[in-house]
Amino acid sequence: MSNFDGAAANLLTMGPKRCTYKGGPMATAVPIVDYLVLGDNPHLIARECTGCGARFFDRRNACASCFATTFSNAPISTTGELKAFTIVAFAAPGVPVPFVAGVVDCDGTSVRGNVIGVDPDPDHVALGMKVKLTTYVVGTDDDGTEAIGFGFAPLEA
Amino acid sequence: MSDDIWILGITMTKFGKHPDLDTVDLAAQAAMAALADGGVTMADIGVLAAGNLIGGGGLGQQLQKQIGQTGIPVYNVSNACATGATALRTVIMAIKAGECDMGLAVGVEKLSGAGLLGAGGTAKSDKNVYEPSGRYGAVTNTDGRIGTNNMPGTFAQIGMEYGHKYGGTSFELFAKISEKNHSHSTLNPLAAYTKKMSLEQIMGDMMIAYPNTRPMCSANCDGGAAAVVISGAKLKTLSLEQQRRAVKVSASVLTSDPWSESCQVLPDVNTLTRMASTQAYEQAGVGPADLDLVELHDCFATAELVHYDNLQLCEQGGAVDFFTSGAPWRDGTMPVNVSGGLQSKGHPISATGIANIWEVCHHLRGEAGDRQIQGARVGLAHVIGLGSACGVHILEKSAA
Repeated sequence: MSNFDGAAANLLTMGPKRCTYKGGPMATAVPIVDYLVLGDNPHLIARECTGCGARFFDRRNACASCFATTFSNAPISTTGELKAFTIVAFAAPGVPVPFVAGVVDCDGTSVRGNVIGVDPDPDHVALGMKVKLTTYVVGTDDDGTEAIGFGFAPLEA
Repeated sequence: MSDDIWILGITMTKFGKHPDLDTVDLAAQAAMAALADGGVTMADIGVLAAGNLIGGGGLGQQLQKQIGQTGIPVYNVSNACATGATALRTVIMAIKAGECDMGLAVGVEKLSGAGLLGAGGTAKSDKNVYEPSGRYGAVTNTDGRIGTNNMPGTFAQIGMEYGHKYGGTSFELFAKISEKNHSHSTLNPLAAYTKKMSLEQIMGDMMIAYPNTRPMCSANCDGGAAAVVISGAKLKTLSLEQQRRAVKVSASVLTSDPWSESCQVLPDVNTLTRMASTQAYEQAGVGPADLDLVELHDCFATAELVHYDNLQLCEQGGAVDFFTSGAPWRDGTMPVNVSGGLQSKGHPISATGIANIWEVCHHLRGEAGDRQIQGARVGLAHVIGLGSACGVHILEKSAA
């Protein structure tokens, strides 16, 4: 995994952006994945095929839908509707359970993520629930850099 | 007629725990039984396809050393949970291409105690400094933070997505599907688990990934299955008894995912299965109403529901009504998974795609004993491997 992934990371055209300068007195933050954009209005970004508009959260050599080879960056809506979910009660070691995993329809783009800010039980999570993207600190590394994760929380009416 | 493809011999081992047999032993047991069932030997076999995922590779050649090395071409096949069906289809293609007139397909897996599949995420622990890596530039383990990679959770969402689209699903509904399969398993001596389970027991068991409790998940176990495939022309040269027991492969189809918007983030097991079933019905010249039994890929209770629809056993969107009508019970109008399905028969991954064909053949030959579907003439077997690959075979009783 390491060699291939390391080489692949160097090819990224849309790398993660650190929020503040590295090594400074303030805590720096990095997104958990490169398609999460931090800042005042955290949002997700997809590579959008310039031929057919298909969106991908990782790089593609050619569009899986129409085979075009050029992509632009498209911001994804930060609100959406929960169209599938599960409550994972049993997971690999190191993965805290229970948690709600789901797929959110963000204005026509399907996004994978956890539902957070709710009790992880069937009485508090429902198909069709309106949700919004939120971010949180996943952890801090030895340099004091914070990893920022994202999830979807219920959208208050 | 001479272009027809037939199953001459087919078998599955007992599914369950086989602590004294390794992968090659199980493959050899299945292969030799299939050859004996067909009344032929390795000398007759012109091609071998061997399916296995986690045995370390090169199963086909290891198998030859156990049962007969004749220099024939060997294809080692790996295609997720569709591996067995892919091995079978590889042999069918070789025969259709005229390269030989008889071949052997084997699928085998040792999975007892394998635990949760798909939960392969390992946290970076060697050096605790965030550096992006991988295709998503992840700085840490994302499993459990950005959705779930594990199979029970993935297929739970697939069932829930169906419920969101068409309505009518509930924890209880999915549990009832599992109740059906566990009930069916009581008649299958080769199933890993043969205990009837009540709805209360199923719903009250350990939750794995809502709405799938433990008995609603396919059972990791050991097992092998094998089939001898023959051309119609060659079959005509064999005994009347062999011709009578041979089962016609009316359709053999393998598909992969066409692009769809949401399959980029949650596997879309629907589109490629619908494509495969459509192609299979066209190839076979039969429709869903002609089927006497179906073995479909119920890797989780939530998966079985969507495949009623994908295999066109019901109107689009009508899977809940189809199930609640009682149709897929063994005494219903369209018996589904009378073997007990993957939830009770077990799911030794690479064996599954041949074992479900064995189940259908067993009924078409009238040899299924207590669980025989009376008068069965046409059956369908379906598997899906995530990623995805879908195999659909339609089988017909010999007219001889």
